[in-house]
Amino acid sequence: MTFFKFILKRLAFMLATLFLISTITFLLMNFLPGSPYQNEEKLTPVQRQMMNEKYGLDKPAGERYLIYLSGLAKGDLGISLQFGNQPVSKLLSSRIGPSIQLGLQAMLLGTVAGIILGTISAMYQNSFIDTFASLSAIIGRSIPNFIFAVLLQLVFAVSLKWLPIALWDDGFRSTILPTLALAIAPMADAARFIRTEMIEVLNSDYAELAKAKGQSKVRIAFVHGLRNALIPLITIIGPMTVGLMTGSLVVENIFAIPGIGEQFVKSIVTNDYATIMSVTLLYSVLLVVIILIVDILYGLIDPRIRLAGAKQ
Amino acid sequence: MSESLLDIRNLNVSFQTFAGTVNAVRGVSLTLEKGETLALVGESGSGKSVTCRSVMGLLSKNATIEQGEILFRGSNLLAKSDKEMQRIRGKEISMIFQNPMTALNPTMTIGKQVAEPLRLHQKFSRTAARRQAQELLELVGIPSSTKRLNDYPHQFSGGQRQRIVTAIALACGPEILIADEPTTALDVTIQAQILELLKELRHTTSIIFITHDLGVVANVADRVAVMYGGRIVEIGKVEEIFYNPQHPYTWGLLRSMPTLDDKDGELYAIPGSPPDLLSPAPGDLFATRNEYALQVDAHYEPPLFQVSPTHYAATWLLDDRAPSVIVPEAIAARRQYYRQRQTGLTAKEGLL
Amino acid sequence: MSEAKRSVLHIPDAYFEPADSNLLAKQERTARPSISFYQDGWRRLKKNKAAVISLYILIVIVFIAVASIWFTPRDPNLQHVPHANLPPLIPGMDINGWNGYAKVADKWVNKYEQAQVPEGVYYYFGTDAFGRDLLSRILAGTRVSLLIAVLAALFDLLIGIAYGLISGWKGGKTDIFMQRILEIIAGVPTLVVVILMLLIFKPGIVSIVVALALTGWLTMARVVRAQTLKLKEQEYILAARTLGVSSWNIAIKHLIPNLSGIIIIQTMFTIPSAIFFEAFLSFIGIGMRAPDASLGTLLNEGYKTFRFLPHLMWLPAAVLCLIMISFNLLADGLRDAFDPKMKN
Repeated sequence: MTFFKFILKRLAFMLATLFLISTITFLLMNFLPGSPYQNEEKLTPVQRQMMNEKYGLDKPAGERYLIYLSGLAKGDLGISLQFGNQPVSKLLSSRIGPSIQLGLQAMLLGTVAGIILGTISAMYQNSFIDTFASLSAIIGRSIPNFIFAVLLQLVFAVSLKWLPIALWDDGFRSTILPTLALAIAPMADAARFIRTEMIEVLNSDYAELAKAKGQSKVRIAFVHGLRNALIPLITIIGPMTVGLMTGSLVVENIFAIPGIGEQFVKSIVTNDYATIMSVTLLYSVLLVVIILIVDILYGLIDPRIRLAGAKQ
Repeated sequence: MSESLLDIRNLNVSFQTFAGTVNAVRGVSLTLEKGETLALVGESGSGKSVTCRSVMGLLSKNATIEQGEILFRGSNLLAKSDKEMQRIRGKEISMIFQNPMTALNPTMTIGKQVAEPLRLHQKFSRTAARRQAQELLELVGIPSSTKRLNDYPHQFSGGQRQRIVTAIALACGPEILIADEPTTALDVTIQAQILELLKELRHTTSIIFITHDLGVVANVADRVAVMYGGRIVEIGKVEEIFYNPQHPYTWGLLRSMPTLDDKDGELYAIPGSPPDLLSPAPGDLFATRNEYALQVDAHYEPPLFQVSPTHYAATWLLDDRAPSVIVPEAIAARRQYYRQRQTGLTAKEGLL
Repeated sequence: MSEAKRSVLHIPDAYFEPADSNLLAKQERTARPSISFYQDGWRRLKKNKAAVISLYILIVIVFIAVASIWFTPRDPNLQHVPHANLPPLIPGMDINGWNGYAKVADKWVNKYEQAQVPEGVYYYFGTDAFGRDLLSRILAGTRVSLLIAVLAALFDLLIGIAYGLISGWKGGKTDIFMQRILEIIAGVPTLVVVILMLLIFKPGIVSIVVALALTGWLTMARVVRAQTLKLKEQEYILAARTLGVSSWNIAIKHLIPNLSGIIIIQTMFTIPSAIFFEAFLSFIGIGMRAPDASLGTLLNEGYKTFRFLPHLMWLPAAVLCLIMISFNLLADGLRDAFDPKMKN
């Protein structure tokens, strides 16, 4: 199988997944209990009839499904009936910035810190440093990020008053605490992953050969080890993203950040179906695209896979 | 006696394991002269690899060197710091490993891996190291090595990889090359090629050749040390070991080698299993597998008895009080051949 | 060498006789008793202090949680508004925050006196806004959280093992087909499925368990499939197949016992993640509904007033963290002890 064919195949899967998700969300949207309108009890039957016509809710399900799919293809996500009757796409696009910024910052910080922690752990396996680093990784993995977020808020905002307690109005300073709260999970994951990989690499025959060449321990870990340990790390970017998405729901709420996650929770609580479905789709698209990128990256970085593809 | 290049004195190495302490090397003394090839022969667990790893300072974390000295050009390697050992490894003493399939970093180009010791020890520039790497690869017989510098290990065959590992070991022109079963993982035809390569090297560097196969030794080595249960049981020049062996274990090894003129076609196998070094029985560890064991073997470990100025063997059969035993036929034939050669030599000398 | 020769002269001459073969046979010791894979694993696990301590902590927590069905200090849902928002009071404890005093406008005030709580009535962990006893609620909440996690893990186990076994054992086209389905499902974020499930069904233990089980089995299925593929090639399985043992019998007698290690390890990782998800869902307000307590709902309630009544948030948070850390440490310990790949 050539690399190109491999990518095509992945794309096909991606479309299948997205089709599946959009169909499920549509079905759910139609069979969900509760009303799509605000203050439904105040509407007269005539008003409701008018509203239904206006939003196309009077048409049969099959037709609405086709309309919905073609709308999706054009980037039309429907209208949020709970938040000022504005198009969902507009509502979400105004909120995507903070979420992306936070997500990227947290992923970067988490992975880099995790790599350092994991590498040091592996280099001094079973020593005091290793126990300490491994333990902090386990604690980082165990404490739910919303508890950690509240703890950060309490210490750095309430008690020490170093950083703003919440909101998104103080530039970079207001991103620090939410980034930290989000970064703890990817850090713990990366640290554990890198430690395991690195121990395997450091016990490998080629690490021994490097030692026999006269390389120092530190350089073996960083020159020979890290590259080999980092390649598999790419595979956990997918799960990491999912973790960040989940985390963003609570962390954005706790820090009152105008992001997608905060909107999602608001929409869930108020039965804002169009927005719920749209965020669901958005998250799925994001995950599917990231899985695809990871597959491609893996092929590009690992010479064994890359060249095997190119040769044939 | 002049100073040897490498002088291992009474080396004792033990390993801490879950089950207890394993005494893997018990009082090994060896010398390696300049330009000499020494073969270390023995079954797995006999301590031959551990001995060499002690020289390289590559023992695993659970190993302790209980006792002994390893003198390299007169200075004790065991007393050196990590930093000092790093300067010796790969430069003065280098090593070839058993499994070429896993010994190379899969994500680094061959060029970089061969150049690594040059950059490290000789402080070569990137381009100079690359040029040198190319020459080294040609030396070990990797064809069209210019192009291949940018290739990755998985693009080479097992035999080629072992050549690359050899090139890495030779990069800085080491005084001593330790080859740890370099042919075990390879096909027979490839084995021969690697042995040929090592044979060519013996003029430029001293080699310690570890193997469990006495057969490959005859062509390559000047001297042979046979190890059993963490001790050297017989050591001598290659002719002495092959044609005048004294230790019953060496007899066993020789008898279990397939030869072309084997009439009955049946191979000899040494009975029993390797000794338990965790809780060794008193006396000679080989005694339980030894058809020629004496009662004394159950109580005392034999010292190394001198056979000739270059030949020693640790068996009570060499003690004056030991009864003379009937040597196996194959061994007797070898000894006879040896004596004929000896007398032939003296006769020749007499003529001169 | 002559020195060596001299030093052996004291050995009696009689020793230099061919050895009696029985004597030497006696000396050949029987091999050390061989240790089975699981015994070996246990021994390694026992050396891991953190894992052993975690195991004990979890046993105690599970015991207390089960006991809370019959015994809690008070009824966890009993409201007693006059005693609302009391801080913890542990008799004999003289540390502010644990002695019935709470900080009001930078001063420590005895809340029990203010609320005119009769002498001899203690709320060890304080009370919430409705005067419910927090200790009782934490005990009941822990039980609910653990129940949800264990049930979800159990469903995971059943679906995941069945799917993985069939996919790996059947192989060929079945395997390819089942793996494609798995890949498509894996593209759907767990969070989304869980939230959609909770929107359709009424929030409660059952819907949370179903939602978690529906999304959690993927990893188990993958792990079991990979291991099954590996085991399938083992000689003893091949031997059983050539002897005509039925697939079902091979699965029960050979595969499941050999898979049990990784299944246990995987389950140990599933449980804390289910606990986390329950707490997470309840925290954002779509999990368990009031008045039933789970650790998540307690955190949700506690968070609303954490600056003024910190105990309502930190006590359930501490219990949750303790459970999570213990499970993760134990799971790590089990994996290191039983995963042959990690053996060095």
